[in-house]
Amino acid sequence: MQKQNSQQLKKTALESRKIILKMLTEAGNGHPGGSLSAIDIITALYFNEIKHDPKNPKWEGRDYFILGKGHGVPALYATLAQAGYFDVAECMTLRKLGSRMQGHPDRTKLNSLEASTGSLGQGLSIAQGYAMASRLDKKDNRVYCLIGDGESQEGQIWEAAMSITKYKLSNMCVILDENRFQIDGSTQDVMSLEPVMDKWKAFGFNTLEIDGHNMDEILNAFKLAREEKSRPTFIRAHTIKGKGVSFMENNNHWHGVSPTKEELVKALKELDEVKI
Amino acid sequence: MSSKATRASFGEALVELGQEFKNVVVLDADLSKSTKSEGFAKKFPERFFQMGIQEANMIGVAAGMSFTGKVPFLCSFGCFLTGRFDTIRVSVGYSNANVRLVGTHAGVGIGEDGYSQMALEDIACMRTLPGMAVLQPADDVETKQMMRFLMTHQGPVYLRLTRQNLASVNAADYKFQFGRGVQLKDGKDAVVFATGGVVANALEAAINLEKQAKSVAVVNIHTIKPIDKEIIQNWANKVNKFFTIEDHNVLGGLGGAVSEVLSELGKPVKLKRLGVQDVYGESGTPEDLYTKHLLDAPGIAQSLTKLL
Ligand SMILES: Cc1ncc(C[n+]2csc(CCOP(=O)(O)OP(=O)(O)O)c2C)c(N)n1
Repeated sequence: MQKQNSQQLKKTALESRKIILKMLTEAGNGHPGGSLSAIDIITALYFNEIKHDPKNPKWEGRDYFILGKGHGVPALYATLAQAGYFDVAECMTLRKLGSRMQGHPDRTKLNSLEASTGSLGQGLSIAQGYAMASRLDKKDNRVYCLIGDGESQEGQIWEAAMSITKYKLSNMCVILDENRFQIDGSTQDVMSLEPVMDKWKAFGFNTLEIDGHNMDEILNAFKLAREEKSRPTFIRAHTIKGKGVSFMENNNHWHGVSPTKEELVKALKELDEVKI
Repeated sequence: MSSKATRASFGEALVELGQEFKNVVVLDADLSKSTKSEGFAKKFPERFFQMGIQEANMIGVAAGMSFTGKVPFLCSFGCFLTGRFDTIRVSVGYSNANVRLVGTHAGVGIGEDGYSQMALEDIACMRTLPGMAVLQPADDVETKQMMRFLMTHQGPVYLRLTRQNLASVNAADYKFQFGRGVQLKDGKDAVVFATGGVVANALEAAINLEKQAKSVAVVNIHTIKPIDKEIIQNWANKVNKFFTIEDHNVLGGLGGAVSEVLSELGKPVKLKRLGVQDVYGESGTPEDLYTKHLLDAPGIAQSLTKLL
């Protein structure tokens, strides 16, 4: 695929934001907040960073992306659709009976998904499995895994963190979508992850910190991760839950509530007015 | 008669088949000496992964590896693997991951370590996952053939193995068939469906009962899921007394599987489920525990006699 520059990526992410909101309104429920916080990172991955082939989803040379926080999957569906894996129209079947667009990712239904996630904390281990198999076969496929800050409270995340550095999986890049909220409130109140950087550093990761909505910073972090040959990389991405829609930003009501038709109109109007 | 633990047969088969099947990888969580994966670890160190005491992560890693075409065998005690049920249900079952969950130390047969180390609900848990095959061999020959089958079978599998040695019940020319029960002894009055470590005991009990003019058939169920409905139906046409026996809670295991099939057949058949009667395990010698739970040949004979 042709790599997009940061200006083009911003446009693609903007379009994905609209698709995400439309599919969520169509579905009547789902998770806008965490989809909108992750979309810039996922866009940068699929339209610049990772090797993949929409015409051949199971291409052996591809890099792997695993969405740990499976409830953010509208962001992934919108991205895959824009990349050409399927029609954007199919996104509108989200959460409907018989749809490949399950409420949380199902790899057995949609072959462009690398893992079935939704039970938080499991995706990173699966990502590690991909990275180990790639190593064993002496291949250079890279593996990217996006996790949530609430998700990081799961013990399995830290099992994987310990294990990933044991195996020196420098072909792995873990990205934390740190939007500072989870269901019952702010992550700080529910259970703080601080000191986040010290923790991942102590586990042996190359650690980077970025603004998860700044395309140049995202791309640069991926480049640094690729250049790191001895350790896996952890990227702490500071994000805003609901990013891009003024009435959703930092308002955790929008964790798991989809916009009504009227709210959608309002949100799309805002997004249409964005100049890039 | 030779006597061997199915975990030992498994370990030998892994080494042998590892040579032939290069896509086989083995993962263990600090129990390779007990699960017998250590032979493979020595022979093929590049394909053995010591995952530390992190069963959930091991399950996820194995799933990820399987998505690239590897055939992972991940080993631990059955209780510790199936204890990570949600990881198995989402990362393995729902994901249709082609992994082999190898749970050793089945049942009260492990003895002194007591309940926390005994797999007693594992069959029940694994059986509820769509697409998950549940296998339990009864002796060395069967384990080895099952292992060969597992090299090419597609889909998630739970393989349940014993710590204790088992007498062989199958002849040397035995042919394992996935999903098919094996009649070990014919009988006219009743039939016993047995699985795993208690099959030899059930057979011994049935042979001894012949002396009291009681004719009991014995069927070995090595594939608990998918269960062999046909053999259950055939026996329901012949006899009206059924027994199941297993070193597992009688809830949800072989007893559960057979009673589900029988009750839907609507035949006038009485079924008695022998095994661990919905209680927790405890410490003791394996022999004492088998005596207590009526899982040894005399205990089985006693239960059968009472109801015949
Ligand atoms: C194991 C597990 N427990 C609980 C849930 C329910 N749940 C879904 S989303 C969520 C909050 C996740 O927070 P975070 O990872 O920060 O995601 P984000 O805020 O980015 O949406 C919870 C608890 C789940 N999906 N999995």
